[in-house]
Amino acid sequence: MLNFLKIRKTLRVALLALALFSAASAVAEEGEGLANAGVRVDNIAAVQRGARLYFNYCSGCHSIKYMSYSRLSQDLKLSEDVVLKNFAFTGAKIGDQIVANMPDKNSENWFGKTPPDLSLEARAKGNDWIFAYLKSFYLDPTRPSGWNNTVFPNVSMPNVLWELQGSQTAVLAPAKGSEEAHVEKLIAGKGRQSAAEYDETARDLTAFLAYVGEPAALKRESMGAWVVLYLAFFTFLAWLLKHEYWKDIH
Amino acid sequence: MAKVFSAIGNWVTERAPNMMPTYRKHMSEYYAPKNFNLWYYFGSLAIVVLVNQILTGIFLTMFYKPGAATAFDSVEYIMRDVDWGWLIRYMHSTGASMFFVVVYLHMFRGLMYGSYKKPRELVWLLGMLIFLALMAEAFMGYVLPWGNMSFWGAKVIISLFGAIPFIGDTLVQWIMGDYNPADATLNRFFALHVIALPLVLLLLVVLHIAALHEVGSNNPDGVDIKKKKDPVTHIPLDGIPFHPYYTIGKDLFGVGFFLILCAFIIFFQPTMGGWFLENDNFIPANYLVTPAEIKPVWYFTPFYAILRVIPDKGLGVIAMFASIALLFLVPWLDRGAVKSIRYRGLGYKIALGVFAVTFLLFGAIGAGKSAEWIPMIFGKDANVSGIEMHFGWLLLVFYFGFFAFLWAYTHFGYEKTKPVPERVTTHA
Repeated sequence: MLNFLKIRKTLRVALLALALFSAASAVAEEGEGLANAGVRVDNIAAVQRGARLYFNYCSGCHSIKYMSYSRLSQDLKLSEDVVLKNFAFTGAKIGDQIVANMPDKNSENWFGKTPPDLSLEARAKGNDWIFAYLKSFYLDPTRPSGWNNTVFPNVSMPNVLWELQGSQTAVLAPAKGSEEAHVEKLIAGKGRQSAAEYDETARDLTAFLAYVGEPAALKRESMGAWVVLYLAFFTFLAWLLKHEYWKDIH
Repeated sequence: MAKVFSAIGNWVTERAPNMMPTYRKHMSEYYAPKNFNLWYYFGSLAIVVLVNQILTGIFLTMFYKPGAATAFDSVEYIMRDVDWGWLIRYMHSTGASMFFVVVYLHMFRGLMYGSYKKPRELVWLLGMLIFLALMAEAFMGYVLPWGNMSFWGAKVIISLFGAIPFIGDTLVQWIMGDYNPADATLNRFFALHVIALPLVLLLLVVLHIAALHEVGSNNPDGVDIKKKKDPVTHIPLDGIPFHPYYTIGKDLFGVGFFLILCAFIIFFQPTMGGWFLENDNFIPANYLVTPAEIKPVWYFTPFYAILRVIPDKGLGVIAMFASIALLFLVPWLDRGAVKSIRYRGLGYKIALGVFAVTFLLFGAIGAGKSAEWIPMIFGKDANVSGIEMHFGWLLLVFYFGFFAFLWAYTHFGYEKTKPVPERVTTHA
């Protein structure tokens, strides 16, 4: 009877600790008012689609210098030929780092600053931020590029996905009182994709950048379950051992 | 085979006759109270984390390249190209946070059961020195990845020394070896992080345990188990051999459970949503771009908050150092004879509870939670920094008030304690 009570007490403490931990991480993951991107890095098909989008629309200006073509080929289950043929436009070799096609000097002249490397963009800003950012461009004739973004005000780059999304326009709320003029809402333009299709596009691209941010995530999560199971078994044995030792202590 | 082992044993014993007695004194004949509860796991867990930090640290050092131009890239190299590098690094970064989790709980345990009281004052002082060394170790380790938060965190923390009159500015430059945290700073922090401070930490841990074993462990009843000994064997009636009852008997189970929690974090939540590894630290150090909000990692936020709610920098720095220095004095501020919270007066129970909540709320302020929580409570037009500051002052009163109360409460005999039993009342 006493034994049974002890098991219950131990379990209760264990469950409480786990609940606290998961609650803490759930709160931490919420982000600040951004919609959940719903990205899963282990969805290889989505990451592959994202890679195609990335190399078609982004890689001209943005490098992902911590990635190599060979790593992409391994992780995305694509042959080296396919990777080189579809993703390497500059005559790069399979072991090369993935750098931008555009010289820094030109980009600085054209955009005012060199487009940042995106290797760690998902880790620095979060998946939800990237997802929202990709959907928040709007036409703004006051900006040099003609574009602005509600998530990243006065961004230097234009909306390179405008063909797919269409050109959004902004409804401005005028300044009143202490509030400055701000974008009230965005009105969709007509693009090649429907709103739902473009959401998928943004999600795939986000998934690719999430993968690029931490390629180890693929291995990490698939391994984690086994490690935890092993440790649970070990802890169970340790608990039995404890009872064996402690049964003569009164 | 057994013969060979005993021959080797005899050979060693002949040449080092004190080795086995030393082992017995600290392990198989160190009598620990049999009523240790959940709170008594955290000391051994701290040792487990320390060993983890040293082992994973050795492997990180093999691939990490100190230097402003190389550090950030080498960390990404570890995360991507070194076999199992990501695992080693996450074990190290998670270990850093878990170190503070167990150490804070360990310290709270000491406050709960009066483990700092005579004859264990030295154990407490050495423990506090470990805490100081650990903070220095963690701070310098945090600078090493040379992310943007590393840089700005280093800049803010080092500049605190600038508040010292006359020599402040010179001291700041001397610490950094430059006018900003730079290559020189990073290299010296690396040296201190991987060799100097770990040696200090290890020495202090050895002394902490030696000092403890000299006087024996306290327990949740605060009863001195040495007072009731078996008349024949002279073994405390409520004592059991540390080894094997606590080593493989109990602590092994605690370690297993603790490792499950750590594995959850390492494999599924390595950044803990930005609490263990901050988003801004995935951006390389850049002295031109200030992060939207400069804040230390969670384990420093309570002390950082004390700095933050006091508008005057000099006063803030003094208060922050005082908040730690006062903890050193607890054994002498508390004059009550009863150790355990189980038999102490209601005043102490309430005061310790308020102190713990204050510490957590300071932690939330230091982590920048005010900007989120104050509009939630007072409406979105609330003056966040004003409310934070005034609330912070209230917390300052509670924090420092704890020490004043502790002294007055026990010195003037206001505490109404309950009778302490002769023998321990429970066992796990």
